Amino acid sequence: MSDAVLDDTSLPHDVSTFDKGYLGDGHTLRSWLLTTDHKRIAILYALTLTIFFFIGGVAIALVRIELVTPAQDFVTADEYNRLFTLHGIIMVWFFLVPSIPATFGNFLLPLMIGARDLAFPRLNLFSWYLTVIGGAFTVYVLLAGGVDTGWTFYTPYSSIYSNSHVIAAAIAVFVAGFGTIATGINFIVTTHTMRAPGLTWFRLPLFVWAMYTVSVVIILATPVLAMALTLMMAERFFGVPIFNPQGGGDPILFQHLFWFYSHPAVYIMILPAMGVVSEVIPCFARRRLFGYDFMVYALVAISVVGFFVWGHHMFVSGESPYANLVFSFLSFVVAVPSAIKVFNWTATLYRGQITYEAPMLYAFGFVGLFTMGGLTGLFLASIPIDVQATDTYFVIAHFHYVMVGGTVSAFFAALHFWWSKITGRMYPETWARFAAVLMYFGFNFTFFPQFIMGWAGMPRRYGSYPPEFQIYHVLSSAGAVVLAAAYLMPLGYLTWSLRWGRRAGDNPWGATGLEWQTSSPPPTHNFDKLPTVERAPYDYHPEGYVETGEAARTIEASQKGGEQE
Amino acid sequence: MTAARITPAEKAALREPWEDIARQRQAVELGMWAFLASELLFFSGLFAGYTIYRSIYPQAFWEAGAETSLWFGGANTAILLISSAVVALVPRAARWPGLGRFARAMLWIGALLGVAFLVLKGFEYREDFHEHLWPGPDFKLHAEGAELFFSFYWCLTAIHAVHLVVGICLLARLAVAGARDPGWFTETPAVQATALYWGLVDIIWTVVFVIIYLPGRGG
Ligand SMILES: [Cu+2]
Repeated sequence: MSDAVLDDTSLPHDVSTFDKGYLGDGHTLRSWLLTTDHKRIAILYALTLTIFFFIGGVAIALVRIELVTPAQDFVTADEYNRLFTLHGIIMVWFFLVPSIPATFGNFLLPLMIGARDLAFPRLNLFSWYLTVIGGAFTVYVLLAGGVDTGWTFYTPYSSIYSNSHVIAAAIAVFVAGFGTIATGINFIVTTHTMRAPGLTWFRLPLFVWAMYTVSVVIILATPVLAMALTLMMAERFFGVPIFNPQGGGDPILFQHLFWFYSHPAVYIMILPAMGVVSEVIPCFARRRLFGYDFMVYALVAISVVGFFVWGHHMFVSGESPYANLVFSFLSFVVAVPSAIKVFNWTATLYRGQITYEAPMLYAFGFVGLFTMGGLTGLFLASIPIDVQATDTYFVIAHFHYVMVGGTVSAFFAALHFWWSKITGRMYPETWARFAAVLMYFGFNFTFFPQFIMGWAGMPRRYGSYPPEFQIYHVLSSAGAVVLAAAYLMPLGYLTWSLRWGRRAGDNPWGATGLEWQTSSPPPTHNFDKLPTVERAPYDYHPEGYVETGEAARTIEASQKGGEQE
Repeated sequence: MTAARITPAEKAALREPWEDIARQRQAVELGMWAFLASELLFFSGLFAGYTIYRSIYPQAFWEAGAETSLWFGGANTAILLISSAVVALVPRAARWPGLGRFARAMLWIGALLGVAFLVLKGFEYREDFHEHLWPGPDFKLHAEGAELFFSFYWCLTAIHAVHLVVGICLLARLAVAGARDPGWFTETPAVQATALYWGLVDIIWTVVFVIIYLPGRGG
């Protein structure tokens, strides 16, 4: 936190003798697959999730090709169902849910609180293996011919009628879910028991708060999904009629259990993203985060209220009008803390010395897209509009703005912000800025037309459609090409930077978090001497403070817009 | 921190990244409580479903409840409660000088009681099959909702049994590892964590007993 601590604990890092830190601690496959170092496990996660992101991306690319023409002509209707189901399952459970916590949370949480590792390093490795085992089941499903229920696994279709690999897909989600629960427990315990001396709860960076609150949501919501899937599998396999009307059961019960998890799952995706943005914006505005306390309360409020809005997914399922009313009201309520966060990020910019490095551009992208997604969520929270828009592309566009526009933008903000900490190298700034702008543009290009066609009545999950919607589908598919390019670019230039990128030094952004006080990449034990904390977070421009050293040079360099050596 | 004054037993029980056994114990306990909260939500899906259907089909649940075997259910409840009392002695005994062997004996007794529970459960399942209490075309009862009751019967008891098997393995593992390294056994937080888990398995069973075996008795 404070620069005084920085000065007397870590020796100035000599950039010419490049210390590979934790990356140099063993090069064999075994040293990676059996590691208990949270930083290496984060890398394992990052590689795994990247692979799944691209598999899920290929599935939706095929869907978007099919949708260019109104007729069902590129894949069969049955294949189409399997493609969008695979896209949904992979993107939700094998990318978005674990994305930020399992990679950046894993890497940064111990560094940000001044600890040597997570509380349970072996459990941490175990959760990665659970994710991989779940992933293996998904790959099996993919190779065996897929699953066609949609990512929601609704009964009785999934439990009785579907002729596809439902059980294997449900096991995949079940196993990966327990991987996430293990990560959640690890984060909760770590935050409670391993904070550095002086690091009180209200001095924690918001990223740590985000990891903590998301972990609580994870451990309380995920098991309910696990039970819903277990009962669905029991019905499919053993014939117990829990969701089957023929035996007196009710398929709607499955929807209740499913959404009790899957609405909070949206917050499992978005809270970490909010944490990232709360780190990035103060750093590049050189301002203390506006309304720190309220940012914390907002995170807590979102995670609590988020548990009580699930019924808004079932307004047309025959839910009682009184239940609908309550769920609708609470869905409006949960928008309030989200709005507080957006206002506070904006207020942080006020009178800041803003610079537009790539992480900041991605963070701005997050704020814009999340606001769009959140506001259209209010449309859907009001029952009359939801009845009109249920199961249309309007809903698709809404949740992609939140989950993809929001979370994925923040994921890339984090990737660029902490890239130098993770690898010791700088990414090429010009390329990264271009990719950030392209991603924002490509995203809107892809999904904005979906709002319009959804409003006009285009339903989701159909491979063929009336010709009047074609213009929107063509626009959307063209946008997807741009978006794909924007996702592929970082893969190229970040890989390039591993070898040819400029050596970054320990704190290229002049940022305040504890993670910047150790070397880049950090040593295996994280800190040569464990830090102590004397100040609140985001202490940019404390009184009498002049930018010096690396920080000043970087700011100067970035103002010239260059990435020169 | 107090790294200088670590006893060999503490050293055996310390795991990376901890430097202080008291902190580590705190962390493991908190982690176990968090896990138990998660487990509770896992079972609550079933309990919620049961509650809803019971309020829709009160009569059928009443009739179906009377078909369960109170003898098996009662005996198993007694067995698990005794095992719980036995296992609850372990965390204190393990740390008490000279009581290590006693604590390990209690672990074995707890595990054996768990096995006895499973054996009885097996016999009970066999009887249930003979009586056509498995939901499906040959199901014994005809009231609408009775099949649902038995769906919950099978799911609850089976999922509970899986937890019990895990618990038995944990108790046995602790007893074996403790015999091999008695010093580690006195200090390791695994003792408290295992006992907590066993407590949860027992508490879940008492709820199952009340909602599955007691409806339809009396009156
Ligand atoms: Cu929702």
